[in-house]
Amino acid sequence: MSQKILLSEKEVHIILHRLTCQLIENHMDFKETVLVGIQPRGVHLANRIKNFLEKDYNIPNVQLGHLDITFYRDDFRRGEKPLEANKTHIDFIVEDKNVVFIDDVLYTGRSIRAALTAIQSFGRPKEIELLTLIDRRFSRHLPIQPNYRGRQVDAINQEKVKVYWEEVHGQDAVYLINN
Amino acid sequence: MGELSVNHLLGIKYLKEEDIKLIFETADHFKEVINRPIKKVPSLRDITIANLFFENSTRTRLSFELAEKRLSADVVNFSAASSSVKKGETLIDTVNNILSMKVDMVVMRHPNPGAGIFLSKHVNASIVNAGDGAHEHPTQALLDSYSIRERLGEVAGKKIVIVGDILHSRVALSNIFALKLQGAEVKVCGPKTLIPKYIEKLGVGVELDLRKALEWCDVANMLRVQNERMEISYFPSTREYTQQYGVNKKILNSLDKEIVIMHPGPINRGVEITSDVADSKQAIILDQVENGVAVRMAVIYLLASKIKK
Repeated sequence: MSQKILLSEKEVHIILHRLTCQLIENHMDFKETVLVGIQPRGVHLANRIKNFLEKDYNIPNVQLGHLDITFYRDDFRRGEKPLEANKTHIDFIVEDKNVVFIDDVLYTGRSIRAALTAIQSFGRPKEIELLTLIDRRFSRHLPIQPNYRGRQVDAINQEKVKVYWEEVHGQDAVYLINN
Repeated sequence: MGELSVNHLLGIKYLKEEDIKLIFETADHFKEVINRPIKKVPSLRDITIANLFFENSTRTRLSFELAEKRLSADVVNFSAASSSVKKGETLIDTVNNILSMKVDMVVMRHPNPGAGIFLSKHVNASIVNAGDGAHEHPTQALLDSYSIRERLGEVAGKKIVIVGDILHSRVALSNIFALKLQGAEVKVCGPKTLIPKYIEKLGVGVELDLRKALEWCDVANMLRVQNERMEISYFPSTREYTQQYGVNKKILNSLDKEIVIMHPGPINRGVEITSDVADSKQAIILDQVENGVAVRMAVIYLLASKIKK
């Protein structure tokens, strides 16, 4: 197994600031916008962005939820391993809100497809956008594209793109792992 | 999240402690789902489930049906009263006919103990026992333990007394297996005639005095006297049973702690518990019903995940 660094800590931070600014451009005070981190790995990115918004850009009370998509996935009973569910924590209704899905890596698009179905359990959003730190090009199975992308990456199917977060893994970085 | 060690839920006897843990962790997720504005997930959209009820039921049948529908499974219902069973068809024939219509899972309640086990050996479908005679009622025991865990934090180390008609109760037997497996202490309490002779072999204590039992326990699970299963008289009169084994507010208030009251339903108000106890804050009877749906969703989901494409 070999791994190559795609983004260093400094690069991750610059990108996070840029993504936060792009969100502010479109959503201003976030009164009508909610952030939804996709479990399990999107929630770290979502927490970071909420922190940036509140601490660095003085936008208070940004609503953030965590959405688990396990029960909405299209590969139930199809894989070797059982699916692992995580906690959903959404204590607001998304009816008529602008929802921003946040995930770390956009690959086939199937997770986002599941998230689009899952979010309907919490109301009918006005609009849904997608923010992703890494966009793996040319690997989509569905017509899904991000509205905000950190970095576009070309990787073959055998390779894995892994995002590390300081609060979980001890460092902020993105690696390309070849099995 | 792992996998269950079994392909059917025939009884708690066949489960491991990790299975119960997995079912509860999964039920936690489903409890959140059933409290959403839209209480439905599409996981089981390609699974068909037959609910076969050869014995009357309200709560369990509704709870299973809701659980199945909230997982988006297709559901067919069958009750023996209006079926060809009355015309002399055997159980295996009935079920195989239903399975020919491409059913993946069977939820069955049957008056004969062991009916689920028998069926699991002869038909090709995942079987969930929804009560077989006086043998087991595994999902009831699971939701009871889940409700204790929810109220008291954990089941291990807790003292639970099961009061009433132990002899005819599948709920009692499944509860004993489940509670012991999770490390709880269990006693049974009731008239001597309604306590099975060798019950101590299961590692439970016997207490004939209700007050002593209540003073000892953290949780009292009150069972209904199953008159329909009694061919002879086990106690002189219902009034006498109530006097000795009925729980009322007076006896609860005289204890030096607040114990949790459970009941699997249906309640005979004024017999095993009085109305003021059943409706008090100490009683978690309606929580049990709510948790029943989440726990059954978890069981069905986990069993369905083992049915390969």
